[in-house]
Amino acid sequence: MHDIVKEFPGVKALKGVQLKVRPGTVHTLMGENGAGKSTLMKCLIGIQPCTSGKIIFNGQEVEFKSPLQAMNAGITMIHQELSPVPDRTVCENLWLGRFPMKNKLMCDHPRARKEAKELFEKWKLALNPDDMMKDLTVAQQQMVEIAKAVSYDTKVVIMDEPTSALTETEVEHLFDIIADLKSKNVAIIYISHKMEEIFRISDDISVFRDGEYIGTDRAANLNVDKVVEMMVGRQVGNMFPKVDCPIGDVILEVKDLASGKAFEHVSFKVHRGEIFGFAGLVGAGRTEIVETIFGMRKKTAGQIFLNGKEVNIKSPEDAIANSIGLLTEDRRGNGIFGLLDITENTVMASLKNYGFPQNHKKMESDAIKWNEAMRTKTPSMRQRIMNLSGGNQQKVLLARWLLLDPDILIVDEPTRGIDVGAKSEIHSIITRLAGEGKAIIMISSELPEVSGMADNILVMYEGHMMGIIPRNRDGGDPYDSQELLTYAHGEKNDFATAK
Amino acid sequence: MEATKKGFNFKQFISNNIMWVVLVVLAVALTAVRPAFFTVANLTTLISAESVKGIITCGVCWCILSAGIDLGPGAVAALSAVVAASLAQPADLATRLHPGGIHLPAIVCIIVAMVIGGIVGIICGWLVACTHIHPFIATLGSQLICRALAKMYSSSPVSNLDQGFRNFAVYKILGIPMVVFIFLIVFIISWFMMTQCRFGKNIFAIGGNKQAARVAGINVEKNLILTYMWSGLMAGLAGAMLAARTGSADPSTNGLQYEFDAIAAATIGGTSQTGGICKMSGVMSGILILGVINNGLVLLGANDNITQVIKGLIIVVAVVFDMRKNAVRP
Repeated sequence: MHDIVKEFPGVKALKGVQLKVRPGTVHTLMGENGAGKSTLMKCLIGIQPCTSGKIIFNGQEVEFKSPLQAMNAGITMIHQELSPVPDRTVCENLWLGRFPMKNKLMCDHPRARKEAKELFEKWKLALNPDDMMKDLTVAQQQMVEIAKAVSYDTKVVIMDEPTSALTETEVEHLFDIIADLKSKNVAIIYISHKMEEIFRISDDISVFRDGEYIGTDRAANLNVDKVVEMMVGRQVGNMFPKVDCPIGDVILEVKDLASGKAFEHVSFKVHRGEIFGFAGLVGAGRTEIVETIFGMRKKTAGQIFLNGKEVNIKSPEDAIANSIGLLTEDRRGNGIFGLLDITENTVMASLKNYGFPQNHKKMESDAIKWNEAMRTKTPSMRQRIMNLSGGNQQKVLLARWLLLDPDILIVDEPTRGIDVGAKSEIHSIITRLAGEGKAIIMISSELPEVSGMADNILVMYEGHMMGIIPRNRDGGDPYDSQELLTYAHGEKNDFATAK
Repeated sequence: MEATKKGFNFKQFISNNIMWVVLVVLAVALTAVRPAFFTVANLTTLISAESVKGIITCGVCWCILSAGIDLGPGAVAALSAVVAASLAQPADLATRLHPGGIHLPAIVCIIVAMVIGGIVGIICGWLVACTHIHPFIATLGSQLICRALAKMYSSSPVSNLDQGFRNFAVYKILGIPMVVFIFLIVFIISWFMMTQCRFGKNIFAIGGNKQAARVAGINVEKNLILTYMWSGLMAGLAGAMLAARTGSADPSTNGLQYEFDAIAAATIGGTSQTGGICKMSGVMSGILILGVINNGLVLLGANDNITQVIKGLIIVVAVVFDMRKNAVRP
């Protein structure tokens, strides 16, 4: 790709970007949110036309007008935000748009199933073609996307943050697949923010910043500090700026909580000023627990106490009235209002504070204030939120909850799909909130994140509590990550008798 | 450059208000061909003819905004029209539907009409919000039931209504009938709720992303019920106006297919069928465009079927245009 320029009304998203990808290698694109990585890929596969510049593929200049053309030429992309058809089976999602046919009229269902099974076996994916897409976890849905991409006779696979929803074992599995693809001389363009994995799998690394191409080098010639410096143009401080702050009274106590089959017998206490971490594999029931506390999910047993008083939270409305906020995991599904602008998205949970008739000036000034505090990057507050990058959307959502000033803030995978700069900013905001005497519950699938931030970690495994581990404050590692992993895989259980 | 400095983008402004441009073009073209179009008398006729549908549109656009639909209003209007009319017949009328029944003040008749609409709306809203059946089905049910109830209530038109009741629609201030003012009042209330009140913001949120609205602490069920109730109230009011304007209420023809004209007007005005987008100024342009077409084609002596064809085309073109405008621009 040469001198790619992409302009949007008012924004120059790409300013003369270069990229050269060699077959049989993993080429990683790095850069903060809004640096132009995703846009570049969208230009490549024809979701958006580029304003100028040319794309050369296998020695020929090409211009794809649609992703379908790109796929037929051998370039497939696994998107960061998945787009499954929820009410259809895995099999049908896999063959979406190119279902095997018996003849011109009739679909060949048995062949579709058989080929899907063969594909899953070949790539060792634990998927059942007959499952409904909506019953799958995010990780499994991603596996379907990967299967879809590799099922084409593909020469270039673009993976936009493929591991952001995957657990450690699933990530390992993905890396095996990537190695396999490499051996078949397939080029992989890999977009990720996770330094560890990037250095494990990359051959080349290209860095972007604010739509500009900074440089490309062999991964072997680079290290984390160098890359981060290239990305942000400055040095980044501590990734997990954990500050020890005084732990206050118990603010939230959960006793023997259960919600159907999702989880059972969950009890814990959270104090003011504490960051309470939830660790475990994807699907261990962590999200379900916080959804139950927040009233999104029906509680089938147990009690919740706030400041020593039992509360009955039946809806998010009740939860907010009890000063609880929840930053959800599924940003697009139940976080943002894509059609509304940044101001409206920011104030949406606090409309009660703007009186009758609604005070729009105050809304706008509050939204500006909090989004400046979050360092949200946007051309204007009137911009529709769907036009922002994932990281900036997350900052707007965080601004939404901070504006509400809750006593308890629950954050579910707060930095999923977010670049290093924004990540460390979000970490410091969370730490600061704890310092102000708020209680934070943080779910994260990234072990370094929870162990870097949390005062206590509750580990879940298949809907059951495995242990609550306090932070080691005597210096050294705050947590024994080996130990956390044994809990997370259900090999160690402090509550074995409680069940 | 002057314009950009003030933060005013002329191109954007035109694109956002394209239907007003279409309206002006239509009006100018019609005036050129039939000068009789642009006369006070004709414009008054035009707007009073559209007022009843306009009132319904002010309700239906809310349902569409919430990512739903309301197919009930025409039939609800018919039901409220016959009930209100039966209560508004003079006490000494020989052909009274309820001989010897009490004679109610006009305002009470109108309130009764609105209450009927409101109750139907609450039921539909409850069905949509709490049983999660599709709004299309819930309100299709209310349409069929209300039309039948209206016919059961009175098998023939209820006429000879009290002048006091009729005045709510036909009394003229400055030569303009009351029904126009009532339409403008509900339009302003609707605009106010949509842009200045929390309720409006809630419905934008629900129409845009129901799950996210719930997480943001919005009581989705309550707000949806209120939306359909508002649409019902408007349908009830429209029914009363219909009876008052014509002096009689016919259970089988009153309000027939009005909901489709209302949906069409809202859609032409830029209300998104997938929810989350609606502007009352756009809705007004939609109402007026349909009015100009109806009125203009009568002036041109076109036959009624041609009117329908043109309406159909305009709706489709408006939606195509709208989808392009709201296409994802990352």
